[in-house]
Amino acid sequence: MYDYSEFDAAFVAARNRQFRQQVERRVSGALTEDEFKPLRLMNGLYLQLHAYMLRVAIPYGTLDSAKMRQLAYIAERWDKGYGHFTTRQNIQYNWPKLPDVPDMLDALAEVGMHAIQTSGNTIRNVTADHFAGAAEDEIADPRPVAELIRQWSTDHPEFQFLPRKFKIAVTGSPNDRAVIKAHDIGLQIVTRGTEQGYRVIVGGGLGRTPMIGKVLNDFITQDDLLPYLESIVSVWNQIGRRDNKYKSRIKITVHEHGIDDIRARVAERFKLVRPAFSGVDLALFEEIKAAFAPPAFRKAGTESFDTAYSADPVFRAWADTNLATHRAPGYAIVQISLKAHGATPGDATAAQMRVMADLAQFYGHDELRISHEQNVILPHVHKSDLPALHAILKRHGLATANIGLISDIIACPGMDYCALATARSIPIAQEIATRFDELKLEHEIGELKIKISGCINACGHHHVGQIGILGLDRAGVENYQITLGGDHTQDAALGQRTGPGFSADDIVPAIERIIETYLDYRQDRQETFLQTYRRIGMEPFKSALYEKVRAHAAE
Amino acid sequence: MPRAFTPKVVTANALLEGDVVYLTADDRWTRDLAQAELITDEAHAQLRQLMAEGQPDQVVGVYLADVTDGPNGPEPTHFREDFRRSGPSNYRHGKQAELSDV
Repeated sequence: MYDYSEFDAAFVAARNRQFRQQVERRVSGALTEDEFKPLRLMNGLYLQLHAYMLRVAIPYGTLDSAKMRQLAYIAERWDKGYGHFTTRQNIQYNWPKLPDVPDMLDALAEVGMHAIQTSGNTIRNVTADHFAGAAEDEIADPRPVAELIRQWSTDHPEFQFLPRKFKIAVTGSPNDRAVIKAHDIGLQIVTRGTEQGYRVIVGGGLGRTPMIGKVLNDFITQDDLLPYLESIVSVWNQIGRRDNKYKSRIKITVHEHGIDDIRARVAERFKLVRPAFSGVDLALFEEIKAAFAPPAFRKAGTESFDTAYSADPVFRAWADTNLATHRAPGYAIVQISLKAHGATPGDATAAQMRVMADLAQFYGHDELRISHEQNVILPHVHKSDLPALHAILKRHGLATANIGLISDIIACPGMDYCALATARSIPIAQEIATRFDELKLEHEIGELKIKISGCINACGHHHVGQIGILGLDRAGVENYQITLGGDHTQDAALGQRTGPGFSADDIVPAIERIIETYLDYRQDRQETFLQTYRRIGMEPFKSALYEKVRAHAAE
Repeated sequence: MPRAFTPKVVTANALLEGDVVYLTADDRWTRDLAQAELITDEAHAQLRQLMAEGQPDQVVGVYLADVTDGPNGPEPTHFREDFRRSGPSNYRHGKQAELSDV
């Protein structure tokens, strides 16, 4: 794990001192809100519906136990005893008071964390595959390059006033778990012959105008990576639209100019930028890579796992859904669900955070990850420790066996917290999870991704949900539109709208009709919802959603 | 023809706590929508909003919110204002907890 250098620590401390003074000046009246707002946003502080909200960066979703414990402490000391993990691998505190925020930032700095560039028109927290360093299919760990990009982009003088926010995601595996095609830049580590490099995808994004990213370059070498990224952001910084914030993201720039034009402009800019990179970045990259060296994996038998797996059906169900294949023999990747049926997706109490920190320390080589799917990952656990670990998770409400299933829902905070939201998301997620738990259908349905956003900005990734739900305000009433067939993986696709939306009361029954249709039409249990949808198309689902209701009403 | 003026309250978020506040008829900020001044005259609404905006040391994001005249004072007409006056629906946090503690 990367530890702050003296430079990092001094930089964060200086920013925190500045922000403390800025808050003091705001409270004293020396700064107006118009003057203060950009300053607080630069430090991750929003003003939401009921309170301020502090968004803390968790770079590439990686934490150790000390960081996780500090997040728990902050939740208890200055918030309401919990935190909300987001789809960009951040944590949000929903109830901070303005005068306390400088203390919260100092507490974060103690463990090498901050809230810088988690908001505003800057390059945001770099996200990565949450299985990084553990995945079986991985070419290389994406976190060292994510850290390199974090250092390059933090306080980058050219990129502090971009046309709009800018998001970068990195994967080291061909199977994309970082949604790289829905980011401004998505990087995929690839090989050409014996050389490792990067496929560069640009212009993806969700929100009001969803776009799947396009390949800008199939292979960029490590030497050229930072100057190439700098050239992309630089080109967009110059020609990206500033007249209309709905058209300012790079996806629109790519769409309006065409990918070939952008590629040519980037190549031109690259000629100027490249000589400025003297190789310091490569030396730094080697240092960073060393910090992410894999832990010393243990060699031991897995008999205790095998015994528990055959003897304990609860453990078996959890192991079947919540474990993923690890690259090291005898190891597993543990996915801790923050989606207990009826709970708020992505929320963890301070006590739960401490339990997960303890488990990471005792069983998991002191590593934790936050996934964009709002769960917590222990990337390196030896299988022989899993029965004990599972027993502890169970005692703390953290053993829900639903990863990848219908109740493992992504949901943005929605109108329960967010000032931009047009409808609530959380209660819809809670109701769907509770309903399908009651029906005991979850495991029968199998793999299914529901993603819910409470407005068109799409923090809940609804466009790439296999079932996407978008909450809108229709004439003063919450209304939920459904999309089907979205895909957040390497085969990224945008979902198609089914038709008119549903009221808050009707949305869960509508989802039930979609699921009934899938169960009726699927060829066998192996055919997933997405496969069935791709085979039979929209019509049967439309008919189930709308015609039966009409027929019923006509009776 | 201009649209008829519908009743309003002046609302904002408190600078320090960030929570929702409403302007009362006697120039205080209250956490309780029911105690807010119900404004039925457009010119008066503008004056009250200007007065509120002149208190940046106390409040942030002043605006006029639509309400109706209920039996116990102003009541929200839109669900967003309903959530603002009570709190989130997933936890008993915010006003729904704090006001009942009083």
